[in-house]
Amino acid sequence: MQHGKYRFIVGFLAAPLALYALFVIWPFIQSIYYSLTDWSGLSPEFGFVGFDNYSRMLDDEIFWKSLQHSLTLAVVLPLVTVGLALFFAFMLNVGGRRRRGAAIAGVRGSAFYKIVYFFPQVLSIAIVALLFQFAYNPNSGAINSALKLVGLGSIQPDWLGDPKLALICVMAVLVWSTVGFFVVLFSAGMASIPRDFYEAALLDGANRFTTFFKITLPLLWDTVQSGWIYMGILALGAESFAVVQIMTVGPNGGGPDYSTVVLPLYVYQKAFRDGQAAYATTIGVALLLVTLAFAAVVMKLGRRERLEF
Amino acid sequence: MGSTSAQTNEGLGRRDLIKRSAAIGLISVPTMGFLSACASSSGDGNGKVEKGTKSDKNPLGVNESAPLDFVLFDGGFGQQYAKDAIKVYETNYPKAKVKFTPTQKITTELQPRFNGGNPPDLIDNSGAEQMDMGVLVGQKQLTDLTALLDAASVDDPNKKVRDTLRPGIIEMGQFDGAPVWVLYYAYTVYGVWYSQKLLDSLDAKYPETWDEMLAVCEKAKKKGIAGWTYAGKHPYYLPFSLYPMIGKVGGREVLDAIDNLEPKAWEHPAVKTCFEAYYELQRKGYILKGTPGLDHIQSQTAWTEGKALFIPNGSWVENEAAKTMPADFDLAVSAPSGIDASDKMPFGTMWASGGEPFIVPAKAANPEGGMEQLRIMLSEASSKNFTQSVKSLSAFNGGTDGIELTPGLKSGVAALEKAGQNVVNPRLQDWYVALQKEKIGVAGIGEMMAGRATPAETIKKIQKFADEAAKDSSIKHYKHQ
Repeated sequence: MQHGKYRFIVGFLAAPLALYALFVIWPFIQSIYYSLTDWSGLSPEFGFVGFDNYSRMLDDEIFWKSLQHSLTLAVVLPLVTVGLALFFAFMLNVGGRRRRGAAIAGVRGSAFYKIVYFFPQVLSIAIVALLFQFAYNPNSGAINSALKLVGLGSIQPDWLGDPKLALICVMAVLVWSTVGFFVVLFSAGMASIPRDFYEAALLDGANRFTTFFKITLPLLWDTVQSGWIYMGILALGAESFAVVQIMTVGPNGGGPDYSTVVLPLYVYQKAFRDGQAAYATTIGVALLLVTLAFAAVVMKLGRRERLEF
Repeated sequence: MGSTSAQTNEGLGRRDLIKRSAAIGLISVPTMGFLSACASSSGDGNGKVEKGTKSDKNPLGVNESAPLDFVLFDGGFGQQYAKDAIKVYETNYPKAKVKFTPTQKITTELQPRFNGGNPPDLIDNSGAEQMDMGVLVGQKQLTDLTALLDAASVDDPNKKVRDTLRPGIIEMGQFDGAPVWVLYYAYTVYGVWYSQKLLDSLDAKYPETWDEMLAVCEKAKKKGIAGWTYAGKHPYYLPFSLYPMIGKVGGREVLDAIDNLEPKAWEHPAVKTCFEAYYELQRKGYILKGTPGLDHIQSQTAWTEGKALFIPNGSWVENEAAKTMPADFDLAVSAPSGIDASDKMPFGTMWASGGEPFIVPAKAANPEGGMEQLRIMLSEASSKNFTQSVKSLSAFNGGTDGIELTPGLKSGVAALEKAGQNVVNPRLQDWYVALQKEKIGVAGIGEMMAGRATPAETIKKIQKFADEAAKDSSIKHYKHQ
């Protein structure tokens, strides 16, 4: 039945491909088209304006600010989140003190910690943002109250109200809410590493540090790389939008003084507040390019020889 | 394997043709649906219902059997007042069905409908997701409401609706020339809000000059109470008292020049004086600590708890802060303090203007019905019902007799009486939303009041924002007539 193979494959692929083209590719093409018009988003009439929106974007100070913040998030967040998650996952699975009979084990109570780390994952990001908004409240919030409690009453920052701290506050929330997912992901990856490797390393007298860098990380590299891209896209897209929009200063978030404005937020503001949907799609196209470039860079940098085991 | 003609023939078989056309149909149906949901659809507004016959009872010529589609912002004022008014509509036109949709997501729900050319007949375009009125007008998406204003009022057939409205309401609905695009239904009093009881306990009177203001704040500070707090996360609440103060010190022309985005409008000495006055509150530590990190609810709560004396706000605060306001709070509002006797306008000058903007879209199917519903809401009975249930004045002039007013509302009415003709109405917040809220509010005044920029720096920054907005061809520009 070889001759029917392609028909068979095409038959099965056609529907998903058509759906993909319709709901993923086509909107992208449409947005690129709309970015060349003066569509307001409030009426069906619009005209073609060529690259006006793009030249306007290049002169737009706030666009550059939001690009800068989005890039900061895309670089810092994966670094911190993936780094922390790797550390936690290693401690939970391999880093414990050796007990009799077991070559490798996690720290005491690791099963409990795993649940605790994963816990934020079950909360919607909007709820997380609201919770932290209360925690950051400079007058009665949990953080400043805790500082007072331990005798640091003289340090009472405005947190989200301070342009120097606001972006860091936002990043901390994103790390808190996503790190658990990666701990679980990496734990699963580590569970599939054969124990013999660790036993061999132990016999050779390797310490935790060496074990991590010579065995765990190389064998986990594919997972880390996917996690890295996934986190970067979270940081560039929906998660950062939600947190900034809900938590930070200003009519739609993004403040104080534009210190936390990010690309997806700026798209939203232009499309749904200022009635400049065409310009919003232009920024959307820029965001698409940034995301693609990010994925490409990570793939390129992360390329390693595949290890067989 | 048996073969059919379709597999052996070079040309198209019948079956293949059917299959392919079905496949094309399958793809194209959702594609067209998708496209028409987006910008490409062309709403030509031909779906309008036929007009009815005009009569004394029906001065707008409403089609008595046409359905009415009414979308209301379900916010601080709730939805009961609108439901009550709809009942009147349905009594007057028993054959008409009213589809009523209360929502908080105005833009999310209505933007696609505007885009598709099938907007509702009447909208309360308010709340955080309000559609930009300047843009809607600029895009010719609204119906001119002049017909409504010239129609006879419900209460007195010899009086036009326009003669029953509070001063300033009609002008606020105009953007460029005569047409009235928006009808504001609520009437908001902006100013400095405080607890009369707390002020009395300090043995103080509401300060009329800035020296008195500083003295009151000093007195409060000694008792461990901050002079001021404000919605630090939304610093565009500060202009509620700051703009009328600028108007009082420098005259109406200063505010008009600012609204018209004239070059150097912000460099007027009156602006500088007032900015410096507010900055002094910050420098002398009269602002509640942590205020720049509080949102409007948090700051209002701190204020109702007596942690701060004054808060710049609008008359909705009485309803909004009701939950945390002690029963004996004795809410009061005052026009902003001035600098001294050399101010151009007297003490009492304040900002009052319409709130809850109602619009009838240009492509509405039943625009006469939308206007008729508004005409009913502007009757004395509906207006009284509104004032009584939501503690706010309406655009209908008067209609407060025989209602027991709450302390804040009473104080607002008194302040309006004192202001008389000296009511100012800055338009930045409905003409240029982004400029007012985000640029001037958050990035400008907010930073200054947090102590991170001096008044001189702030004025320079705001002037730059205003100049950019004046040059920006993607914004429609408006001028005071």
